[in-house]
Amino acid sequence: MIILLIYVAIFVVTFFVVKFVAQQAAKTDYTSLKTVTFGDESTVTPNRIASVVSVLTIFLLWGSFTGSKWVPGFLHAPGPFTGVAEFTYTAEADGQTDDALVRVLVHPVGEEATDPEVEPGDGFAKNDAATVGAWRSGLIRVDQNDELGRDAGHTVVAVNGQPIAPGQSVETDFGRVGMSPKGTLNFEPAKGWQMEPIWLPPPEAVMARLIDISKDGYRDSTLWEHLGYSLFRVIVGFFFGALIGIPLGYAMGLSDWFRGWFDPIVEFMRPVPPLALIPLVIIWAGIGETGKIILLFLAALWIMAIAARAGVSGVNITKVHAAYSLGASKFQIMRHVIVPNSLPEIFTGARVAMGVCWGTVVAAELVAAEKGAGMMIMVASKFQLTDIVLMGIILIGVIGFGIDILMRKVESILVPWKGRS
Amino acid sequence: MNGLSLDKISMRFDLPNGTSVQALKDVSLHLEEGELMSVLGPSGCGKTTLLNIVAGFLAPTEGKVVLNGHPVTGPDAERGMVFQQGALFEWMNVRENVSFGPRMKGQREKDYGAHVDHLLDVVGLHDFKEKAIYELSGGMQQRVALARCLANDPDVILMDEPLGALDALTREKMQSLVLKLWKETGKTIILITHSVEEALLLGERLLVMAPRPGRIHKEYRLPFADDGVGRDLREVKKRTDFGERREEILSMIWDMEEEIMGRAEETK
Ligand SMILES: Nc1ncnc2c1ncn2[C@@H]1O[C@H](COP(=O)(O)OP(=O)(O)OP(=O)(O)O)[C@@H](O)[C@H]1O
Ligand SMILES: [Mg+2]
Repeated sequence: MIILLIYVAIFVVTFFVVKFVAQQAAKTDYTSLKTVTFGDESTVTPNRIASVVSVLTIFLLWGSFTGSKWVPGFLHAPGPFTGVAEFTYTAEADGQTDDALVRVLVHPVGEEATDPEVEPGDGFAKNDAATVGAWRSGLIRVDQNDELGRDAGHTVVAVNGQPIAPGQSVETDFGRVGMSPKGTLNFEPAKGWQMEPIWLPPPEAVMARLIDISKDGYRDSTLWEHLGYSLFRVIVGFFFGALIGIPLGYAMGLSDWFRGWFDPIVEFMRPVPPLALIPLVIIWAGIGETGKIILLFLAALWIMAIAARAGVSGVNITKVHAAYSLGASKFQIMRHVIVPNSLPEIFTGARVAMGVCWGTVVAAELVAAEKGAGMMIMVASKFQLTDIVLMGIILIGVIGFGIDILMRKVESILVPWKGRS
Repeated sequence: MNGLSLDKISMRFDLPNGTSVQALKDVSLHLEEGELMSVLGPSGCGKTTLLNIVAGFLAPTEGKVVLNGHPVTGPDAERGMVFQQGALFEWMNVRENVSFGPRMKGQREKDYGAHVDHLLDVVGLHDFKEKAIYELSGGMQQRVALARCLANDPDVILMDEPLGALDALTREKMQSLVLKLWKETGKTIILITHSVEEALLLGERLLVMAPRPGRIHKEYRLPFADDGVGRDLREVKKRTDFGERREEILSMIWDMEEEIMGRAEETK
């Protein structure tokens, strides 16, 4: 909640700062001279400054809520309490009452720690010492060293002077002291606002993992093998999907028999998410490469068939008429009019299909695989290796984004007329 | 027999709801080789349908079209068509568009190259040969369409409002160009237009059509096209006989439109 508020605040503040600065350095290009900008979609180009600030903000928030070394200390969100915490308890036994001190050493998780020094103190309740890891909690059996034990009716009635009963808790400066239903105290040091590394490691830990794994690999395969296998499956699956899907789409666009025959199949398969096919494909083809490639083939097939069909039906009839009256044969019309005319649609379909395939391969690898980006994060998550999981997610995102950029580049080279007729 | 003959062409569209539209009824006419006929008429009187039948895109429900002695059964390179817009191939550059017809006939660059370049010069696109279609203005695109049609050397050129989408000035230049090309090449041309002036300026013959059912209302023989070749068309427009003809035809079309409106009111 707080993170969301900070995020919105950064969004608003940088907006006004950048707008103010931009106004000082206003340049006059064609767009800036337009007086009607609201509702004119062409004037809405992404503000590059906003994009940069947006990415920086994510890393800043990530860093500051994980205590990253990459973010200056004063920007860190309050961390968990570490050091020596103290509280007192009041015990009752045999009709007597006595106070004693509890001293707890709160240490960073993973470090060795010994109980802090403490004098026994006087009265029947003796002072106690304990250790608890930051972000953890620990039971403290305060009655163990007391002169009157549980058999003498030892009960804790107050902490820091505030009354407590089983099931209740008391807030101290160092954290929360709770009482279990059986009457044992339980100390939970203040967690602060930072995330624990096993939930969200700081960016440098993820980076270190990336370097680590790219050198040494993970689970008997190098990082490149993992990513390469995922990519390979996508490319092979997509390739066969396009190989069958595009001619199928053309046939559906050009022949009523094909259209009638395949319409029910395509229209039925289109809304079935490829993920829903994973179990069936595993039953039929096992968890090996074949199964995954069949799955991706199916994911790409319908998208490409529909794109090709739309490309054919989208051909302007006057172009076909023009070609006929220029003396073109059916084959020439196919080759010189219908195919080039459908290319923009096919490229749009190919971009969608690549995106879907990439998502599907990761999901399929999550279910079962020996190599692959999805398998990497699935196995890591079983061991709570959150840094590997995050690294995997980031790499999957970067590769997916890279595929899309690449497709767009190819598209602008091969079909420069797209959207311009 | 040479020339283009339309013999009692009728066209009825059966609509899915059971009714039918009589788009054309008993349209007969004959065009000699090298004649330029412009066609005028209120919207929906079947001009486009008529042209599509001559082009071979539609088969008439009755009657037949005969060109140079043989009946028209489908589209063919002997009948070229210039559309209002959107018929150029965006995936080819200007020169590839213009050379499309010859290339489809299997001709080589050395066969058609000089002719195509000459046509590009004639329509004033010499410097735009390698440009993409979407980089051209509307007027330039129509000039490409014209050149593409001529490169194929058809016997008949059919034009459906070829200049309809152009501004007045470009339109006037294109009208001169059409006249010039007509005289130079001696093609038979049918030109559909919505502009009475254009029909008078370009049409050696002028056909006025009437709607419901689409039929020939009146035919004129005009001197303006012959006189206009190589001259300033604005001079022709200033002539008194031109003005008289224009008024006559305008009021005739107005009457037709009013009649349609009136009938529409009644049926309401
Ligand atoms: N494919 C079709 N199906 C049904 N009716 C049609 C079809 N094509 C044309 N018509 C009808 O035939 C009539 C003539 O149409 P056409 O397009 O030839 O008119 P037009 O004279 O070219 O009109 P405009 O000047 O507006 O272009 C119209 O009433 C139209 O509704
Ligand atoms: Mg029309």
